[in-house]
Amino acid sequence: MEKFTVHTGRAVPLRYSNVDTDQIIPAVYLKRVSRSGFEDGLFAAWRAGDPDFVLNKPEYKDGTVLIAGSDFGTGSSREHAVWALQNYGFKTVLAPRFADIFRGNSLKGGLLTVVLPQESIEYLWNLVEGDPTAEVTVDLEAREVRAQGLTEPFELDDYTRWRLLEGLDDIGLTLRHVDAITEFEKQRKPWLPVTQ
Amino acid sequence: MARTMAEKVWEEHVVRRADGEPDLLYIDLHLVHEVTSPQAFEGLRIADRPLRRADLTIATEDHNVPTENIFLPIADPVSRTQIETLRKNASDFGVRLHPMGDIEQGVVHVIGPQLGITQPGMTIVCGDSHTSTHGAFGALAFGIGTSQVEHVMATQTLPLAPFKTMAVNVKGSLKPGVTSKDIILAVIAKIGTGGGQGYVIEYRGEAVRALSMEARMTVCNMSIEAGARAGMIAPDQTTFDYLKGRPHAPEGELWDQAVAHWQTLATDEGAVFDREVELDADELSPFVTWGTNPGQGAPLDTSVPDPASFADASERAAAEKALAYMDLTPGTPLREVAVDTVFVGSCTNGRIEDLRAAAEVIKGRRVAEGVRMMIVPGSMRVKEQAAAEGLDQVFTAAGAEWREAGCSMCLGMNPDTLKPGERCASTSNRNFEGRQGKGGRTHLVSPLVAAATAVRGTLSSPADL
Repeated sequence: MEKFTVHTGRAVPLRYSNVDTDQIIPAVYLKRVSRSGFEDGLFAAWRAGDPDFVLNKPEYKDGTVLIAGSDFGTGSSREHAVWALQNYGFKTVLAPRFADIFRGNSLKGGLLTVVLPQESIEYLWNLVEGDPTAEVTVDLEAREVRAQGLTEPFELDDYTRWRLLEGLDDIGLTLRHVDAITEFEKQRKPWLPVTQ
Repeated sequence: MARTMAEKVWEEHVVRRADGEPDLLYIDLHLVHEVTSPQAFEGLRIADRPLRRADLTIATEDHNVPTENIFLPIADPVSRTQIETLRKNASDFGVRLHPMGDIEQGVVHVIGPQLGITQPGMTIVCGDSHTSTHGAFGALAFGIGTSQVEHVMATQTLPLAPFKTMAVNVKGSLKPGVTSKDIILAVIAKIGTGGGQGYVIEYRGEAVRALSMEARMTVCNMSIEAGARAGMIAPDQTTFDYLKGRPHAPEGELWDQAVAHWQTLATDEGAVFDREVELDADELSPFVTWGTNPGQGAPLDTSVPDPASFADASERAAAEKALAYMDLTPGTPLREVAVDTVFVGSCTNGRIEDLRAAAEVIKGRRVAEGVRMMIVPGSMRVKEQAAAEGLDQVFTAAGAEWREAGCSMCLGMNPDTLKPGERCASTSNRNFEGRQGKGGRTHLVSPLVAAATAVRGTLSSPADL
């Protein structure tokens, strides 16, 4: 996994709340067995159907920071939603609230999801709508978002922050404790089902 | 100290606990399907890691599968590749697979309970958000992403940050014609699609206790639609009666031991939930959604709401956007909304009781002119049972289509989709834009409302017939 320390880039204002993962990437794009190339599915229905959709505007085509409304990533657990955002070029998503599974998936995969107060999101929307070249910095080391006229701290637990800063793979970390797993398996309830 | 059921199940599965780190939890059962697993298997191969516990893993084919002509090759080459990839992966890693055509094949959340492999007190995961279904047995069951699927394959554990606990207390009793689907749609409308975020919900109260196992599964299934990671219902005699004698249920001495343990799982008297929500079943009536998220629902007796009636600015904007997509006018009685399609099926409402309920309504009646009704059993066993009871005859005599098992029209991933602009009354779980096919419009309903709607051609309850 790629390390995340500090990222500065242009931002894309997505003024919708409740953006579900079926919108982020429709199911028809989930049939692939690869882990890359999902950028064509990102917001596919909106990109195809609405010329005014923000990603169809040339001034936002180089954005790497997505600024979304509340409850971003609801619905289906498809991690393809994270891959589609990353494959398209996004490094981080800012929103007042994220759906649990999407948040978990994003932080596993190195897409930094940052919870900011609604007022800060509104401020950033106005800022980048007024000046699409305005840059936003997401600083994981300092746990801070910075833009012209705004410095806003954000919360992220120490463990996840450390994992992202180091770019560490969760599985490798867990396998350091394989003895504890083996020990646990010895005292599982005798009636628990097995599949074979 | 008094503990909730979710806390008890959690504590029983902690493999490792360390300051400043998430708990490492053991996973008792990993359910696998074709869509969210290929990249996980590939990850194991790349890292040269074995799948730790194939004996705690089971796979089926559900999302991509066509629901007719299942013995012909799948026409869509991309879908076919995904199915073939699962078959190869299952074979390479020694995972039991129930493929298309197998009598145990079906929607992953239908086959687990049906096999008796879903049991109280277990931790159950699947790369599918509706894994919350299994919480109806008092299991801690939740959906995970593909990275976590790979993690479970490699380690049979997951590092997890703690959940908060919420009690949804449903008092009273449901009136005839009102179902568990109406309970959960009312819960979601009440707390919103983000209301359960960070929580495991426990459904409690006399109205919940009175539900059958299958009705309980419908409630827990849609916990994710309220933003919750999981939903749970304490196991009781209804649970034990359902499980007894199923293929993977314990037997003899082990059964007695298991039941004794399962009876200790219920939330202790005096345990404190982080949040409590109250609902009165006596006040509920058939519920339908009018918008593009499952929280945008209302009793069938009401009208399409006016976005201006929402105090919150973002809810107002969301309602405006939803009504534009749904092509609905504020003030229109919901009963006057005409549909093209009725879908009965999915992990929410594709079980035998759901088919019986729909058949009871449609029996001796006809599907309205110009309406297409699809009945898709949640599993091949459900299909077999329904046929044994003659339900297939009831449906086909009414003019409905009788299909093979699969996720079907719940999501636009297989040949069963809506065309742009088509409107569907659906017993599934999500009314998102394009969920049932690009440009399709979805109203979430119970099987009873679905069947009555098929007869009248507009959103209806059996009482309207």
